[in-house]
Amino acid sequence: MTIDAVARPEVVVHGPLRARQSGWLSWLTTTDHKKIGLMYLFTTVVFFIVGGVEALLMRLQLGQAESTLIDGSTYNGLVSLHGTTMIFLFVVPIMAGFGNYLVPLMIGARDMAFPRLNALSFWLLFFGGITFYVSLFFEPPAAGWTSYTPLSDDAYLPSNGVDAWILLIHLTGLSSILGAINFVATIHNMRAKGMSWGRMPLFVWTILIYSFLLIIALPSIAAAVTMLLTDRKFGTSFFDATGGGDPLLWQHLFWFFGHPEVYIMILPAFGIISEVLPVFARKPIFGYKAIAAATVAIAFLGVLVWAHHMFTTPTATVVLVFFMVSSFLIAIPTGIKIFNWIATLWRGNVVFKTPLYFAAGFIGLFVIGGISGVILAVFPVDWQLHDSYFVVAHIHYVLFGGSVFGIFAGLYYWFPKMSGRMPGEGLGKLSFWVMFVGFNLTFLVQHSAGLSGMPRRIYDYQESAGWEGFNLASTIGSFLLGIGVLISIVNFIISVRNGTKAGNDPWRANTLEWFTQSPPPENNFDVVPRVRSVEPMKDIRREVENRTGEPSGSVAQPVA
Amino acid sequence: MRALTRPRLLLLALAGAVALGLVGAQSAFAGAFTPESGGSPNADDIDTLYRIVLYVGLVIFVGVEGALLWALFRFKLKRGGPPALQIRGNTPLEIGWTLGAAVILVVLAVVTFLYLDDITDPSSADPGPRETLAGVAFATIDQPNPPRGRELPIRVNGQQYLWRYDYPGKSGELFSYYEMVVPTDTTVTLKITSQDVVHSWWIPQLGGKADAVPGHTNETWFRISRPGRYGGQCAELCGENHADMRGVVVAKEPADYEAWVRRQKAGIKRSQELLAKSRRNEALR
Repeated sequence: MTIDAVARPEVVVHGPLRARQSGWLSWLTTTDHKKIGLMYLFTTVVFFIVGGVEALLMRLQLGQAESTLIDGSTYNGLVSLHGTTMIFLFVVPIMAGFGNYLVPLMIGARDMAFPRLNALSFWLLFFGGITFYVSLFFEPPAAGWTSYTPLSDDAYLPSNGVDAWILLIHLTGLSSILGAINFVATIHNMRAKGMSWGRMPLFVWTILIYSFLLIIALPSIAAAVTMLLTDRKFGTSFFDATGGGDPLLWQHLFWFFGHPEVYIMILPAFGIISEVLPVFARKPIFGYKAIAAATVAIAFLGVLVWAHHMFTTPTATVVLVFFMVSSFLIAIPTGIKIFNWIATLWRGNVVFKTPLYFAAGFIGLFVIGGISGVILAVFPVDWQLHDSYFVVAHIHYVLFGGSVFGIFAGLYYWFPKMSGRMPGEGLGKLSFWVMFVGFNLTFLVQHSAGLSGMPRRIYDYQESAGWEGFNLASTIGSFLLGIGVLISIVNFIISVRNGTKAGNDPWRANTLEWFTQSPPPENNFDVVPRVRSVEPMKDIRREVENRTGEPSGSVAQPVA
Repeated sequence: MRALTRPRLLLLALAGAVALGLVGAQSAFAGAFTPESGGSPNADDIDTLYRIVLYVGLVIFVGVEGALLWALFRFKLKRGGPPALQIRGNTPLEIGWTLGAAVILVVLAVVTFLYLDDITDPSSADPGPRETLAGVAFATIDQPNPPRGRELPIRVNGQQYLWRYDYPGKSGELFSYYEMVVPTDTTVTLKITSQDVVHSWWIPQLGGKADAVPGHTNETWFRISRPGRYGGQCAELCGENHADMRGVVVAKEPADYEAWVRRQKAGIKRSQELLAKSRRNEALR
């Protein structure tokens, strides 16, 4: 049989089906999942920078005792802006950004199931962010990202900042629910031939579970903020004890959303790590089914642990015990994932590129956050640690050390696909090390500050409290962390223009998005290959090798 | 014996650093690695429980991070090295580490239950007989047992940005703000609420937090054996001066405490009389 007898699997990219629009109007009116994905990524990274500046202002204030740089109400504004921005305008939507760009490519689809709904999701997020930040021009919200009642009631915070926060929750919540429905419909219906559930990339698994969690969790907070709005504007008293309401109702409704939200923010990062590690270990993922099942288990348990945020409220001991045990249980599937990732590296050929640095850093830091999480789940111990800087350290180990390092691994890993060019390795690794050192300097010492009795969300402390050393170290670390992030951003800006050409498959990866060009054409694929395993690209490379009798090199398909 | 390769050295260095850190923790940075304690038995029990969980956590930390670094550096891509092992899993191994994680968590849960009574139950602080309500059996899930021995119940009321303490007796006869004075060797039980927003009562050396929630009563307790001052501050964001909402517990010998009660009562009475007098004068004017 000659080579020519059987068609070699390759991408044949036809010219665009209709005149390609360009310029800013093409971005405003686009329904292309890749453009929408890029707009998500760009917008959320801008909010990440804004939220980061807010964090640095707070660290500047706390760097020394009895500092007079920022007053109490401004500080509470910064606390609220920082938390809300990072959660609602950065980590949750950037996962939707990755999902938007990658899910159709990874499952061999030409777009999302509902492209116009997809555009609506993005614009709801965009205007949700703007609605929220408009509050800077009158008075920002000052009740924290949790907006606990009665502090967030009009009696205590009459300014419209809290209302801006409520509208942000509604707009970004609607954006997330519509996006989630879109992901579910896409993943259920539009997978390539042969891509059964057991052959779906793990990142797509996590986006699917992320979507279901959003659909389960968001109605709770949508109801809660609506009740808060009527409490504030129309004199109801859902959360007002003097009117027969209950402030604890807010906490339950909020955390019934708020804890699944934690997994909404970390599961897609788990997915990114599960994609990056096997590629850079040159080895299949260890325990594919266990990792997928652990994702489902985490999501299921994740909706049963919300009151571990409320261990210090007046609550019967038997309830506290339930939530301690359910929180313990969630450590098991999380542990399974970590063991599987390490086993993926074991006896591989580990290639030390920037995405691997961030992925390995992710595992190392997330383990610390996981262990401090188990400590916090022991509710009598939590009585000492709750609402102290120990909790601030814990949340940043899982959310920054976890999610954000995972996001950076993903950005470096998929940058060649999105831009067509390789990100700079030197600056990438430098950025990793500066971020890694800065991160640990910032947050490791915060455990100690909390253990020494420093509550969170205080704008000032006395020198006699003995917290100044911890805080100075933390402030220095936070600026280092900021510089590390900046190096990556500069790296991306430089590489977009000057990076070396990436080709279709620069990492010798496993999943279908590497089958098409970088950046992919508007219709993604002309021919979608039949999927025969969880690593379709490996099959394609092997096929090419078998038929041509020579190694397929780093790129399986000709660069069109 | 196998030579010390780089990952081995890294592992050794890591283990050494943790060991040094633990030794150093006891002397140089007492308090930086464990919660505050030393004022009351429940705080000490929380500290012990924390240490147990922490030590288990440290072992896991060293194991997992060590395995991660070893896997990363030992299996770094090398020219002419062995090819990557193309395996997709190992069921016994996966069942093994799932069960292993579960066993560790069961152990932690059991240890917690062992310490739970000592932390939550005020009657555990003093083995002596019950002086109040002797012989009454308690069987509720949300009410703590009454303490044994000497007891002092105090009602704590959080308000922006101050704590008010009401002592037992006639209403308004004995109260104080900011500084709570208590006798030593007495189990002080607190009933905590708030009149405006949510606050959180926290004197680290005397035990854990208890949120002050409007419309609810939260409970905690402490028992101090040595006279002294124990400071803390509100732990739940309660407004712009949240950072300045402080509280102090002052423990005095019982005799000194009695003297303080007399002085405080007299002071309250005098100021109420003065207030009444000035109001009367205003009304007459």
